[in-house]
Amino acid sequence: MNVSEMLEGKRVCVCAGSGGVGKTTTSAAIALGMAAQGAKVAVVTIDPANRLANALGLQELENEPRRVEPARLATGALEVKGELWAMMLDPKRTFDELIERIAPDPARAEEIKANRVYRELSTAVSGSQELTAIAKLYELDQEGQFDVLVLDTPPSRNALEFLDAPGRLNAFLEGKALKAFLRPTGMGMRVLGRGALPLLMGLRRVTGIDLISDLSTFFQLLGDMTSDFSQRAAQVETLLRADSTAFLLVTSAAREPIDEAIWFAERLQTDGLPFAGVVVNRVHHDLLGDRAPREVRRSLARVLPPGLAVRVTENFRDYHVLAQRDDHNLARLAGQLDERRLLLVPQLDDDVHDVAGLLRIHRYLFASQAERDRLVADMVA
Amino acid sequence: MAALLDKRLLFVTGKGGVGKSTVSIALGLLAARRGLRTIVAELASQERVQGLFSDGGGEQFRELEIAPRLFTISIDPQQAMEEYLRVKGGTIGQALGSSRLFQAFAMATPGMRELLSIGKVWELAQLDRRTRGAAPYDLVIVDAPATGHGMGLLRTPRTFADIARVGPIAHQGHTIAETIADAEFTGVIAVSTPEEMPVNETMLLTDELAKDKLALDLVVVNALYPARFEPSEIDELNGALTRTRSALARSALRAALSEHARAGTQREQRDRLSAHVHARLVELPYVFADHLGQPEIELMSDALEATLGAPEGVS
Repeated sequence: MNVSEMLEGKRVCVCAGSGGVGKTTTSAAIALGMAAQGAKVAVVTIDPANRLANALGLQELENEPRRVEPARLATGALEVKGELWAMMLDPKRTFDELIERIAPDPARAEEIKANRVYRELSTAVSGSQELTAIAKLYELDQEGQFDVLVLDTPPSRNALEFLDAPGRLNAFLEGKALKAFLRPTGMGMRVLGRGALPLLMGLRRVTGIDLISDLSTFFQLLGDMTSDFSQRAAQVETLLRADSTAFLLVTSAAREPIDEAIWFAERLQTDGLPFAGVVVNRVHHDLLGDRAPREVRRSLARVLPPGLAVRVTENFRDYHVLAQRDDHNLARLAGQLDERRLLLVPQLDDDVHDVAGLLRIHRYLFASQAERDRLVADMVA
Repeated sequence: MAALLDKRLLFVTGKGGVGKSTVSIALGLLAARRGLRTIVAELASQERVQGLFSDGGGEQFRELEIAPRLFTISIDPQQAMEEYLRVKGGTIGQALGSSRLFQAFAMATPGMRELLSIGKVWELAQLDRRTRGAAPYDLVIVDAPATGHGMGLLRTPRTFADIARVGPIAHQGHTIAETIADAEFTGVIAVSTPEEMPVNETMLLTDELAKDKLALDLVVVNALYPARFEPSEIDELNGALTRTRSALARSALRAALSEHARAGTQREQRDRLSAHVHARLVELPYVFADHLGQPEIELMSDALEATLGAPEGVS
């Protein structure tokens, strides 16, 4: 399978995976490929490398998709029939906009934005990137301006964080935990200051009273908005579970990222989320097979001076260790998943930092299996 | 280096996937070899450090000795909270600790998990341990979360102290924040691979640390490819590629050219990093192995020792 087949009939593609595996470039290459086929595509990136952002003309301050000028994509190598739009997510601003949208009036929105608990919550990295990334995705989906949305998920160490963090933050915003905690008094939040119950007194003693009063001010400000958070959370959930959504895992072929990809795929299936496939980046291929490095040296003897031949052989022996490692890990991954859902992108000579680089990845993602095999064979020897 | 290992608390941070866990353990092994009772603490839901040496077996939230004088622990915020409440909260604390509603509330409060985790880290670094009967450590190495989250972690105590203003959380927050700000006690190590994004993040980390008046003590440039070929030899390799008809020779030549290109890009990125960062920089070679197990990590320790063995200021 290739990416076109995996994303057949899909409107939303969520690229998830652990940090440092090439998620951003993969997302951008997928968006480019879908745009090439004629769709109007927006890619939401979180933290692209400066050079790639510049190459796409991405501007940090906008927080809205902007069309990548066709001239930037006109490399001659790929005709782009549709439109590629891209944006860089600003989590704090997205959060602020969310508050502005659901607040009953502007004055309340300003009060909330000035609240200390809110300020901490909207800038604390943990959870706010994940929550706002999904909020933005939902908003763009609702606006319906694009045929396809591609989301690059935040760079957390653990891919599962993307599924868990928004729920945690939402649970807090909905105030369920706090309300449940206060329920025994039956008198709502105002009673906090008096704190009749031992548990409440304990809470004061352990946390310090000002934190509690800040929290209660915060929830008073939120008021009925908490139900909007619950409602939105439910709608976002529906979007993520929809048949028109696809989760694509991005990984490298090293052991830990592959382990995580396996866990993540299991988790998607347990949670009933639509799993589309796995893109494995930076795969080392070679042709050594089971042959001894000695044979390599012999084969080089005719074309290279002996000293250089020795170093090329040493290099190849090391490279072969990585090729074997990748083979082994890919076999493990294939054992857990439908093998047709694996898409391999080889280790390239350079990192991707421009449109030409995206095209190098694009070729592997959108090629048929036969074409991909041929590309790899060409690259390897 | 002597000065670095003389500190009591070291935070190891960096972008995801750059090898923070392996560097933390390699550094821990080095410290333990030098006679320091050392613990490498990772924050929960990572569970990588212990996995490097064993399968963990559900014991990860306890202090485990994985090599002579080298311990590991995976810090779970929930457990840290129960422990804190038990020790500091008296009977009310114990009642709270067993209240599921309270736990749900505390765990949902933004930043609380970080505060509890760093509180436990702080506790590990105290000579007079809160945990009854626990022996003190000479050195605590924290395998911290990825850079952005890691910076959040370092800031959490101060933020909480400011939000809570008065009371035990404010007090605890202040105490921990002061410990972190004390350069004699606490050090920060950034791990980066010589690639564009990790280098960007490390540069950003330096700036962010500076805002909080914290300094970066060491930058580890991890997984540097060897420079096996001279630029002048590249024509020769390309020439050989056009002349040979052996598929095996071609495959080997392609691999050589590919690695040479990567090694070159890596050095450009390393130089960009060293031009921006004033901290000491050490390089660790790329380890060509199926996975990083104990023998590979010991080799990394040797490499750290070889580079860091020299007195400060000499490299």
